[in-house]
Amino acid sequence: MNDTFRLAGREYRSRLIVGTGKYATMEQMVEALDASGTEIVTVAIRRVNLADRSRKSLLDYLDLSRYTLLPNTAGCYTAEEAVRVARLAREATGSSLVKLEVIGDQRTLFPDNEQTLVAARQLVQEGFTVLPYCIDDPIVCRKLEEIGCAAVMPLAAPIGSGLGIRNPHNIRIILEFAKVPVIVDAGVGQASDAAYAMELGVDAVLMNTAIAGAKEPVLMAEAMKAAVEAGRKSFLAGRIPRKLYAQASSPIEGMIE
Amino acid sequence: MALTITLNGEPYTLEGPATLAALLERLEIHPQTVAVELNQDIVRRDRLAETPLAEGDRVEVVRMIGGG
Repeated sequence: MNDTFRLAGREYRSRLIVGTGKYATMEQMVEALDASGTEIVTVAIRRVNLADRSRKSLLDYLDLSRYTLLPNTAGCYTAEEAVRVARLAREATGSSLVKLEVIGDQRTLFPDNEQTLVAARQLVQEGFTVLPYCIDDPIVCRKLEEIGCAAVMPLAAPIGSGLGIRNPHNIRIILEFAKVPVIVDAGVGQASDAAYAMELGVDAVLMNTAIAGAKEPVLMAEAMKAAVEAGRKSFLAGRIPRKLYAQASSPIEGMIE
Repeated sequence: MALTITLNGEPYTLEGPATLAALLERLEIHPQTVAVELNQDIVRRDRLAETPLAEGDRVEVVRMIGGG
């Protein structure tokens, strides 16, 4: 089946975007990314630790011929901070892709809609390809699309919560509105959550903790790969309508009497 | 002449006159792997060698790390 995921002018075979944080070791991360089949990985931008220069950098472990880097603005609470980090990210990675994240609250890590819109407008003007993490609100998603974002990335549930798709109906409305790819970002806890997201018709799923925080991250990465593929196929195949009563699978005709 | 700047939030003294490229060299950081900000403005990699440091400058040197 030839079904590629088109994002910002490039085609990908995988519809699973994976984060590079929280793994026990870099080797485990490399193995998990490989098992997930992902072609796009998120990274964060932080100060170089000047006291400890002994450790190898993330770049030593990521095969850039294989993965597209998607730097994030995680940890930013204002549009100004996010724009600043995005500019640094572009210089550090050489890529104009940015996962825009402007957080509104430490406990929920819910996005600040107003600041996200301000930052998105500025970054689009500066030529960035903006992929905003946002609330599962169709109106915010529509505004982000109108600004010129290359995709919208509504959360399934709070970052790292593993609660799964909390509002499938909103995701469906977002999908009806959107002309850009819709990527479910954050909140996936298990493979069925990823499959469910794909069955709703989203273009891709982004996750980090669900894989990195699992007891066996590499095995979970495999499970997520299979789930995203299965969910996508299930969506394309078209499910049967829900009915209240049974409908026999075996014909009545030809029954013995 | 000694020059004191703020490097990644901490005071840092080096021998002046110096450029950003010289600072990175002293820190043994390959410019290809980082991004540099001088007083909140990005300094492109190809401009590091021609960008001088002044007393009190605030310099940020960042890189990619694991994240979601």
